[in-house]
Amino acid sequence: MITLLSTWSFGIALGFVALGVFVSYRLFSFPDITTDGSFTLGAVVSTVLLVAGVDPVVATLGGMLAGAAAGVCTGTLYAVLGVEPLLAGILMTTALASVNLVVLGRSNVPLSGVTTLLDRVEVILLPVAQLLGFDAVTAGEAARLGCLVLAASVTILSLYLFFRTQLGTAMRAGGDTPTMARALGRHTGAMTIAGLAIANSLTGLAGSLIAQYQGFADVQMGIGMVVWGMASVFLGAALVGPARLGGALIGTVAGSVTFRLLVAAALRAGLDPDWLKFTTAVVVLTALVAPRCFVRRDQTSPSR
Amino acid sequence: MIPNIPPGQLMLELTDATVTFAAPGGPVVRAVDGVTLSAPAGSFVVVIGTNGSGKSTLLNAIAGTVRLNSGSMRLAGHAITHWREDQRARLLGRVFQDPRAGTAASLTVLENIAVAACRGRRAGLKWATNRVLRAEAAQRLGAIVPGLDARLDQPIGSLSGGQRQIVSLVMATWHRPDLLLLDEHTSALDPAAADRVVHATATLVREHQLTAFMVTHSLKQAAALGDRLLLVHRGKIALDVQGATKRRLTADDLAARFDRLRCADQLDDTAAQTLADLYV
Repeated sequence: MITLLSTWSFGIALGFVALGVFVSYRLFSFPDITTDGSFTLGAVVSTVLLVAGVDPVVATLGGMLAGAAAGVCTGTLYAVLGVEPLLAGILMTTALASVNLVVLGRSNVPLSGVTTLLDRVEVILLPVAQLLGFDAVTAGEAARLGCLVLAASVTILSLYLFFRTQLGTAMRAGGDTPTMARALGRHTGAMTIAGLAIANSLTGLAGSLIAQYQGFADVQMGIGMVVWGMASVFLGAALVGPARLGGALIGTVAGSVTFRLLVAAALRAGLDPDWLKFTTAVVVLTALVAPRCFVRRDQTSPSR
Repeated sequence: MIPNIPPGQLMLELTDATVTFAAPGGPVVRAVDGVTLSAPAGSFVVVIGTNGSGKSTLLNAIAGTVRLNSGSMRLAGHAITHWREDQRARLLGRVFQDPRAGTAASLTVLENIAVAACRGRRAGLKWATNRVLRAEAAQRLGAIVPGLDARLDQPIGSLSGGQRQIVSLVMATWHRPDLLLLDEHTSALDPAAADRVVHATATLVREHQLTAFMVTHSLKQAAALGDRLLLVHRGKIALDVQGATKRRLTADDLAARFDRLRCADQLDDTAAQTLADLYV
């Protein structure tokens, strides 16, 4: 039971990475490698703040803001300095590897004896979990999961509402068809910077939550996160089918949870954990290539 | 908003406008070569020219997607020579050749219109779509294409190319633009759809009394539409007719003009070759 709840919790927390990748990759068509770096950055900044005795809410927001700052940097490299999206992300992630190490001070720092955001919400949600019939051992884990579900719900709702405003709709239009957005007076460069800030703030938040959930931050923890996010986005799209914005956002987090459950099942069935990242990469590759094999040509050509 | 210029006064003025392109290692091409042009408010200028004549570059220079290398430009009383593309958008309505370039496929028809309704305005944190916008969009679209008003909530990518161009036209004219720029906006369509889009264009330009600048590859359209015709050749305006002369022009006249230009070009090339043979 605890293992299952914990798998769900990890899936939801990593769902924030998936939401970030949804924003950068799906809405802005920007394959943003910064994700790997900003995930660790969020974790590292929150951990250092928590260890320094800062309030967990502030520490979590700090990790989120650090992620946003990384997104702004990548966006600036792309929109102002004209660096290719992939290269801009690679440069930022490489640079962030040093930043993360310097901020954390060493390669990993535990959060033992520190009150995290999850600890704090757990106290509030514990009676609810017990009311729902969880026994004393699993109630804590259930409360943590409840906390993450709550955070994910609020985030999905906020993103949905924002992307329905004039500004959010214009940003989606700019990500979809930059020529159209510019012709209608939108500065697409500024929009990409803002979009990457949103995306990487979500990734930073994911890193912060994962660090607080697992009880430590590690400078290596971000490796492969962008591919995880993409796998979740693709899986989510497959789960909910052709959906509007709201459905797609929910599907993205659902995709992350599903993927985490699949991974847990595969590990239990005897998959060597060393092959985990490899498997994730294969899943993403399949999702990228499969539609091209199955969709007939006449469906992809523009209708007149 | 900026007051619209009264009819008859100058809307667009190009003075000695030049745009040059240089491929790495290649020769410098003067795509627009010292063009001076003025169009009064309310005029409908049709621009034709062979491939590579510079007609599209001329339009792009007005839109701001390419910058002038020299010369200047005024639009609706503003010196816009150094304005960015997105800044010029508050004065311009644009429809592109490719329906996919002028509309965002993943957004619904209504959301596309909502973005157009923010043209030249701040995009804030108000809801992009609301009942007022929906009613007006349904009315404006339905007036041109019956049935299109029922498809406001479908992704615009599900519409046909012709329908997308009609929506593009409605979007470009949602707020009355000082100048409507049409960039071969029917050339990606089949003849029937092209006719419908041309008809919609003429109707909207007349109803809103717009100043329009249309680049086209279709001599038939060039003869039928507009009150002034420019033939661009080698970056210069080779022919500029308006009024009664323009009204008398037929597609055949224009075809003959094109043939004469081609002959002249061949002579030029032969002469250049002769010179090259003799002296190089």
